[in-house]
Amino acid sequence: MTQVVVIDYGMGNLHSVSKALEAVSVSETITVSSDLEVIKKSDKLVFPGVGAIKDCMEAFSVDLKETVLEEVKRKPTLAICVGMQMLLESSEENDGVEGLSILDGTVTKIQSSKEIKVPHMGWNQVKFLKDHPLLKNIDDSSFFYFVHSYCCLSSKDALTETTHGERFISSLAKDNIFAVQFHPEKSQTAGLELYKNFLDWSV
Amino acid sequence: MAVAKRIIPCLDVDKGRVVKGVNFLNIRDAGDPVEIAKRYDKEGADEITMLDITASHETRETTYKTVESIASQVFIPLTVGGGVRSIDDIKKLLRSGADKVSINTSAVENPDFVKEAADKFGSQCIVVAVDAKASSQSEDFWEVVTYGGRNRTGMDVLSWTQQVADYGAGEILLTSMDRDGTKEGFDNDLVFQVSNGISLPVIASGGVGNLDHLIDGIKVGGAEAVLAASIFHFSEYTIKEAKEAMRASGIEVRF
Repeated sequence: MTQVVVIDYGMGNLHSVSKALEAVSVSETITVSSDLEVIKKSDKLVFPGVGAIKDCMEAFSVDLKETVLEEVKRKPTLAICVGMQMLLESSEENDGVEGLSILDGTVTKIQSSKEIKVPHMGWNQVKFLKDHPLLKNIDDSSFFYFVHSYCCLSSKDALTETTHGERFISSLAKDNIFAVQFHPEKSQTAGLELYKNFLDWSV
Repeated sequence: MAVAKRIIPCLDVDKGRVVKGVNFLNIRDAGDPVEIAKRYDKEGADEITMLDITASHETRETTYKTVESIASQVFIPLTVGGGVRSIDDIKKLLRSGADKVSINTSAVENPDFVKEAADKFGSQCIVVAVDAKASSQSEDFWEVVTYGGRNRTGMDVLSWTQQVADYGAGEILLTSMDRDGTKEGFDNDLVFQVSNGISLPVIASGGVGNLDHLIDGIKVGGAEAVLAASIFHFSEYTIKEAKEAMRASGIEVRF
């Protein structure tokens, strides 16, 4: 039986991620854990992140960080929101924070104005740049739910883009890693479809 | 392509049941919050807001259970407010499955609470609810009120919303106490002034009686989202009808 582990490093609400996975799972077991052995034994990983990136990076213990870096290299992994940003090279949030450099690109602040509200909060369209197994049965330009104040403007791993004032990268993919800026667990049918595709995904 | 304008149905929950006062008078029972939330989700609601109107110590556990139940069946954002007084209250609501927490009176009484909450949990989950009452003396002055309008604070809504924006609030839920329950439409001057003054998303609330009111909140008031309760609870309109009307008037909505 496939073991899916949602990595719990003490940041934010993992309830909604695990509930959404449970809602679409057929035979997979969904576990929320920070236990290194559980993470090592898993078949797939979900890497969430909520709040400020500096707190997220700091919440990572040295052991957990080493294990995650090792496991993320070989297992199907889904990174969400700040989890996605942490896999990039760096972020300018909190006066500059170094990322894990697993994916190409950096994170910058969204430019706000009277028309362009920050945080970018709400439903926006996700335009496909390439095809990917995790986008199966999801229409190009479907709406997904976003909540963020920082974004990645360009990356050679870009998979989809979204416009909020500027165009930014709303998801990235590289080998066994799929990373999204939006929250599939809050994106109703399109989001649940993405989770289902993740459970079906074999790299 | 831009971020879609949102329709947010609001559930006023009293001891585990959805209720709605009509013109401040008879509170009508509108049903089970979980069933109603599921119906709204199916109809295409963009988010759900749940306000615990009793917010007493005794009924708090019921609230957490309701939140947990909604969050495990409805996969759109859920904001919970009413009686949020401490960091621990926020933590419990987020753990129960709320995505955002709305703070009202506690923010007015202790503005640093907004800062503390945003630092701890991130701006994305901190909504500051502002109840506003127009001044009889001046056209461009709205006063912040608390305790359902019974307590006047003397604070200017425009400077208050600016302050909480600086303190890290992620969104403003703006209710006109003059319009709430009247079905006469939003106070769009108020919505416009607040929305124009800050870069945060503003949710317009209070007074919706028909679908044109929702459209005006966005087109005239400049709100990012519109919140309504009674027009949806008693099935006067469905969320889908509301979205169709908004789309027909040229507003970008999610289908």
